[in-house]
Amino acid sequence: MQADRIEKIIDRHQGEASSLIQILLDIQGEDNWLSREALERVGERLGVSLARIQHIATFYKAFSLVPKGRHQINVCMGTACHVRGSPRVLSTVQDLTGIRPGETDLDMKFSLETVNCLGCCALGPVVEIDGKTHGNVSAANTADVLKGYE
Amino acid sequence: MKLNTPQDLEKLRQDILSKRDPDRPCISICVGTGCLAFGAREVIEAIRAEIKTQGLDAEIDTKGTGCPGFCERGPVMVIYPQEICYLQVKPEDAPEIVSAIKAGKVVERLLYVDPATKEKATRESDIPFYQNQERRVICNNIRIDSKSIDDYLAIGGYSALAKVLSGMTPEAVLEEIKKSNLRGRGGAGFPAGRKWEGSRNAPGDTKYVLVNADEGDPGAFMDRALLEGNPHAVLEGLIIGGYTVGAREGYIYVRQEYPLAVENVNLAITRAEEYGLLGENILGSGFDFKVIVHRGAGAFVCGESTALMTALEGRVGEPRPKYIRSNVKGLWQKPSVLNNVETWANVPLIINRGADWFTQIGTKGSKGTKIFSLVGKIKNTGLVEVPMGMTLRDIIYKIGGGIPGGKKFKAVQTGGPSGGCIPESLLDLQVGFDELTDAGSMMGSGGMIVMDEDTCMVDVARYFIEFLTDESCGKCVPCREGLRQMHKILTRITEGKGREGDIETLEELSEVAVEASLCALGKSAPNPFLSTLRYFRDEYEAHIQDKRCPARSCQALTSYYIDPEKCQACLICMKKCASKAIDGGKNKIHVIDQEKCTQCGVCLDVCPSRFGAVVKISGEPVPPPIPEEQRTIVRKKKEK
Repeated sequence: MQADRIEKIIDRHQGEASSLIQILLDIQGEDNWLSREALERVGERLGVSLARIQHIATFYKAFSLVPKGRHQINVCMGTACHVRGSPRVLSTVQDLTGIRPGETDLDMKFSLETVNCLGCCALGPVVEIDGKTHGNVSAANTADVLKGYE
Repeated sequence: MKLNTPQDLEKLRQDILSKRDPDRPCISICVGTGCLAFGAREVIEAIRAEIKTQGLDAEIDTKGTGCPGFCERGPVMVIYPQEICYLQVKPEDAPEIVSAIKAGKVVERLLYVDPATKEKATRESDIPFYQNQERRVICNNIRIDSKSIDDYLAIGGYSALAKVLSGMTPEAVLEEIKKSNLRGRGGAGFPAGRKWEGSRNAPGDTKYVLVNADEGDPGAFMDRALLEGNPHAVLEGLIIGGYTVGAREGYIYVRQEYPLAVENVNLAITRAEEYGLLGENILGSGFDFKVIVHRGAGAFVCGESTALMTALEGRVGEPRPKYIRSNVKGLWQKPSVLNNVETWANVPLIINRGADWFTQIGTKGSKGTKIFSLVGKIKNTGLVEVPMGMTLRDIIYKIGGGIPGGKKFKAVQTGGPSGGCIPESLLDLQVGFDELTDAGSMMGSGGMIVMDEDTCMVDVARYFIEFLTDESCGKCVPCREGLRQMHKILTRITEGKGREGDIETLEELSEVAVEASLCALGKSAPNPFLSTLRYFRDEYEAHIQDKRCPARSCQALTSYYIDPEKCQACLICMKKCASKAIDGGKNKIHVIDQEKCTQCGVCLDVCPSRFGAVVKISGEPVPPPIPEEQRTIVRKKKEK
């Protein structure tokens, strides 16, 4: 991320240390990950140690310390999806993409994550790709769902 | 425009109402997250385009609203003033719907049809799903545009705030809330009035009121629906709470996984500030109050009160010891009242209608209504608001419509990951805070996950313990390490590698976690195991002793087999099998090679139900494949 954009985000939160999580969320939102340079800059401006920032960036699920692929796959593992068969959907997605949750494939096409409940329980099992919700996914139609992404 | 007195507010409300014709048709479409996933955005656009095409801009209004609860049949549409309810609406239905409104007719095919009687229900309130509910809090969701403060004012919004600021002392408000016996809807059920009183009486000038919208329980989305659909109701409750305890600042802690809720609540704050319902000297009362939204970055433990406050301070959300309650020493060591979204949304109702009205329904210890999210193996998935004291059976069968596919009910899981499973024998239990706790579960935030005979209870326990192992913040050893060991043992059991003594070890680990963890997450983490063991011990024993999964759900203990009598050699499963484990051909009965099979279950999913040839086997050997010479199907030629 360019330095001036980071500065803008920090300014928006008036440079307060209590806004640290909000600032990191905004950077994550724009870049899809937190680079070391970004974290160092935030630490400098807010007067917060890099250790504390790392603590936060590794504790909360929303943050990633590695770059993400072009398409973000979120497989819902919430309870409703679980009893409707999401574990089988997840293992099929893993087989098809060759990556496990938390990983990105080598050509940076897909990143895979599991999430706990997207709140669309009526459609379970649910797979969300780039913010679009695919409902009633089964092991049998997972390949069709992934086909549309390049 | 800033409103300076309660009279100004009333005048504005009359202005808004006078400009609205109650007989003018309005098409309300749910644009909550569930319906959006079903394509509600496309529907609303198609409707708007159609209204334009037919030149009816001046005659028909449209509204994107919050979630009315019937997610199963989304996108949901209600047409006012007649309250005609259309379900599963598609963009191509737009011309017919708009023409029908013009002609004063109803599109019959989009109405709800009762599966038993085949009768159609025209109005929303005629649908059994809604009929058996008591909708006090969530009912406004479909009536208002969630982005419009004027819509909220039109249905009487902020009148409770005006009532409080124009004549009620904080003591009087507190008395009313205490009298209503409103208990926290987030899980523990602590009486809100007592919490407020503790903060009010605590020393210090700086106090806070906080909204817990970190709805982390998987399978629960009632708080999101309220915050997305009717954010002003939550704000109004929060402002009244701030006035009562003497706080001038409020925080809303909402998960960033709920982007629409974040957007709508931020917009609601801006609008309320513009009208002077937030800010300095609200309605000329001398009371100042501002609200700040804090997005949670994704940590289940932050739903815990002290962890939430630590996170608000911009640090890692780890719980703190509660020697002094957080309503006395909470956020930044100041008195802080933290209540859940639904609790706050109940406050304006109690102020407007009185504690006596509120306590009319409910059980001895639990008054009012509760919103549950009814999900899992249930016909009518959605949000339901019922009076406290309704039986689980009525909720599941009368409102939820029972279990789909003719399957048998096994258990209902309440209270989220820290809750428990309630078996069929206890279905006549009345829902209430104390009643559910006595049965070994808890109210929690109101998730209700229905499980049928295909659900393995050991696997459910393993699932929740896995979830909690991931979400444990790591501060206390019994939770961090104990849960990890429990997860290991439970995984082993579901893989058919369970040993004698495993159950006892699990019980021991549970006891330590319950006794020695700091916060509610660790203390209640063993609940899913303990409650499933209490009611389904036989399933644990079947896994350990017989290496059998009675629900035929655990992958490692289940084999798939094609019944040669039933197989019609249709090739479908053969083509879909990713492991190429199925041998067969045209007119040649298919056989699964058990060596190659990965138990993914695709063959069972795709086998046409009229054949039903693929079966699951657990705990017994798979029958040997039939001899090669018997595998040819000789089909009768169709007579011409």
